[in-house]
Formats: sequence, C-alpha cells, structure tokens
Amino acid sequence: MSNIPTDLRYAATHEWVRPEGDGVFTVGISEHAQGLLGDMVFVDLPDVGDAVSTGDDVCVAESVKAASDVYAPISGEIVAINEDLEDSPELVNSDPYGDGWLFKIKADDAAEVEGLLDAEGYENSIDEE
Amino acid sequence: MSSTTALHAKHLEAGAKMVDFFGWDMPINYGSQIEEHHAVRQDAGMFDVSHMTIVDVKGAQAKAYLQYLLANDVAKLKDKGKALYSGMLNEEGGVVDDLIVYHFDETNYRLVVNSATREKDMNWLMSKAEGFDVTITERPEFAMIAVQGPNAKEKAATLFSAAQKEAVAGMKPFFGVQAEDLFIATTGYTGEAGYEIMVPAEQAESFWQALLDAGVKPCGLGARDTLRLEAGMNLYGQDMDETVSPLAANMGWTITWEPAERDFVGRKALEAQREAGTDKLVGLVMTEKGVLRHGLKVKTESGEGVITSGTFSPTLGHSIAMARVPSDVGETVEVEMRKKWVTVKVVKPSFVRNGKSVL
Repeated sequence: MSNIPTDLRYAATHEWVRPEGDGVFTVGISEHAQGLLGDMVFVDLPDVGDAVSTGDDVCVAESVKAASDVYAPISGEIVAINEDLEDSPELVNSDPYGDGWLFKIKADDAAEVEGLLDAEGYENSIDEE
Repeated sequence: MSSTTALHAKHLEAGAKMVDFFGWDMPINYGSQIEEHHAVRQDAGMFDVSHMTIVDVKGAQAKAYLQYLLANDVAKLKDKGKALYSGMLNEEGGVVDDLIVYHFDETNYRLVVNSATREKDMNWLMSKAEGFDVTITERPEFAMIAVQGPNAKEKAATLFSAAQKEAVAGMKPFFGVQAEDLFIATTGYTGEAGYEIMVPAEQAESFWQALLDAGVKPCGLGARDTLRLEAGMNLYGQDMDETVSPLAANMGWTITWEPAERDFVGRKALEAQREAGTDKLVGLVMTEKGVLRHGLKVKTESGEGVITSGTFSPTLGHSIAMARVPSDVGETVEVEMRKKWVTVKVVKPSFVRNGKSVL
C-alpha cells in the first residue's frame, strides 16, 4: 500500500514531521495525501517568521482536483519554506518525503512531536477513513 | 452495481485510478492527469469513451423526426457521413442533452449521446418518436475510443487496413465513415485533431493494445475534462442542463431558426427567451495563483453569476473557467475565492486550439 516511512511522525490530517535537530522540524504531506489530491498545481506557503499554533491552516496545497488546507502539526515559528515549489509544485507528488517538503518549524516545545502519530498509528488512521 | 466497459481490464492492467462516473467504473488518470493532458496537446492520447450511448435512428421519417427532436437542423447535412452538434431541448427551452448526429442518408442517422443521461435520453427519444415512422436502436455492442492529438491520426492509421486508410483519406473534420468493422469519425472533445473510433466490443482490447504499441498514451477522465474546458466545449450537467437555455450556454450557434416553419421541441420557449434576453456563458482567465472552480459565485456590475466549469489549465499554466453571467457583463468580474474577492478577466469561452493559446 502507501509508503509511510517509519522514521517520521504524522498528524491525522496527513502532515509528516521530520526532526532536523536544534528543535527544527521539516513538514510535508504524506504520499497517501498527495495521491488523494492528484497533480499539484500551486502551493501557497506560509511566510518565514510566521508564528503558528498546532492546527492552524498555514498552507494551501491546490491540485487539479481541489484546494486543501495544510495544518501546522506543532506550534512554533516558520523558519524556512520550500521555494522550489513555486515553479515545481509537482515535487509534492513525485517526492512527498524529500524534495516535496513544504516548510520548517522551530518548535516552541520539541516534546510536542512525541504526541503525534507514529507510522503504524498513521496507517491505522488512513485505514479507518 | 457499477457498469464496466470492454476496456475495463486494460485500465486496471495499466494501473489506472478508477472512479465512479454516473454508474460506470472509469479511469480518472493512469498516474498523472497533467502528463496525459500534455500528451494530447503535443503528441497523441486516447480515451475510453465506450460508456457513451450510441443510438441508430432509421426509417422513412428519420429526417423529419430529427428535425422535430433537435434544435439544430439535420436538413443542413447533405454529404454522406457529415456530423452535426445539437442540443435536444425540452418544451421549456432547457437542454435535455447535447449530442452529435451523423447523417448517412435521409433514412439513416447515428446519434452519440451522453452516458450520464442515458436512460433519460432513451426515454426522451422514444417518447418524441410517437407518430413518426422510425426505429430507434441502441448499439451497446460497440466500444468507442477517442484518439486525439497532433500525431493521433498518423498513429491510429498504423492500425488501419488499406480499405480503412482509403476511407479516411482526405476526410474533413466532423465526418464519420463505416470502414469494414470500424466506424471512424473526425470528431473529438479536446480541441485537437484526431478520431473517435467505434470498434466491436470483442475487438476493443486488442485495438487498445495496438494503439498503446503505436505510442498512444492512455488518458483518463481528468485530462478529458481539462482538455475540453481549454477548448471551450460544454459539459452537460455542469455548463448546461434542463433548467438552462442553450442561449445562456454558448449554444446559440447550434440553433437553426430558419425556416421559421420548422417546429422543433422547445422552439416556442426558445423564441420567448431570445425576445426577453438571457444570461450568457463567458470564459474567465485568472493569472494569479489559485484555481477557479465549479459553483463559485461571480459578481458583475449588472448582477450575479456562477462558474459552471473551472480548472487549472495545464497548457496555459493558470486557471480558466466558464461562467454564466448577465449578458451585459464588462471586461472583468469578481470571483469569491477562499473568502476573498478576486478580479478576473472575461474572454470568449475558448482558450486553446490545436496546442496553442487563443487568448
């Protein structure tokens, strides 16, 4: 089935989170989510410096099919965005866990990530959909 | 229970993502809808359109029946095989369906109507046939494959027999010909050259495979929708339906008013609509980020309208739409996008033809 790397954490709303050290986490959407959305045509990213809280809609992934909100999986400050998506939004489809990342957050509390789903938990949440 | 076409196994074999399309299990894409779109604009793609309904109308009064049934006039069809696009209206002047009619002679025609409206259309065709000497026969034994794109004809022709090649040689757009076991028509729903080919269902799989081997890319309903919208072609149920006048759906050109004595279903209501004035269907272009979508509200200086079809245009790289708006609409309108009002440009409802922008 869908590729769900075991070294990442997940939100039930299909975002993945990867620790980069120093309390910084990279965020993207899962392979399952990009598959549901179909070909990506625009990604509207947050601004670097934005303070975000868990559950805020911070980004819009717009595909041929629909515009879909992406939520902040943890609270913190946006410290980087993937500017390559401006010209190549299809990276979200072709490499959702790599070059298709969306933004990086400096966590207010890095421990918050421990509360997210692990790969197995996320897989179960997809199966229940 | 969903219906499947003769090509269903081929779609699954190719890894298609399948969706329910009005009771048919059909491919939405085979991976990337945008790549499929580009294949049709730049090379050759093919669509399984076997779910569409093929109906033969034969009999001494076939011509008179169709002149009564359709807003366009089959009397215009003089040449054997010539096709005509028409709306089929109700008494209130709404669109029951849109269709293509092929003329073989005055006693022999073939219609292709939408699949989503199959049952309604068959009932309508039958009910309007009362008093006419015609027989109406559905032809479910055919599969239909649309091969479209600048290289589509050349690639499809590699499958044709010598007799079939001769039959299509020099065939103009909007004609159809029965050549041995294939019915080959120069019609389509993409704005590109190509064929729509009816093939006996039992040969459909091998024909599809041969097209694959000839380098024709399989394309799903997703690409079919973006291609037809770029070409400014209506989709029944979205851009018009039973409650919408053809005059408000950019179908005025498909109504044959003369001779005034020709009585066709919906004529009286249509004349009243023409007199009173109707909304009109326009094209919208938005070059900023975001995608115009079906159902979004449109504000103009003279009243509200609605987006009937909207999409991201892969050829143009930005969003396009069709919208039904008051007839005196200006050069721009406002569209409500994610709680913000955005100004977008009004154009004629046609965006791309033969691979190139017509904006």
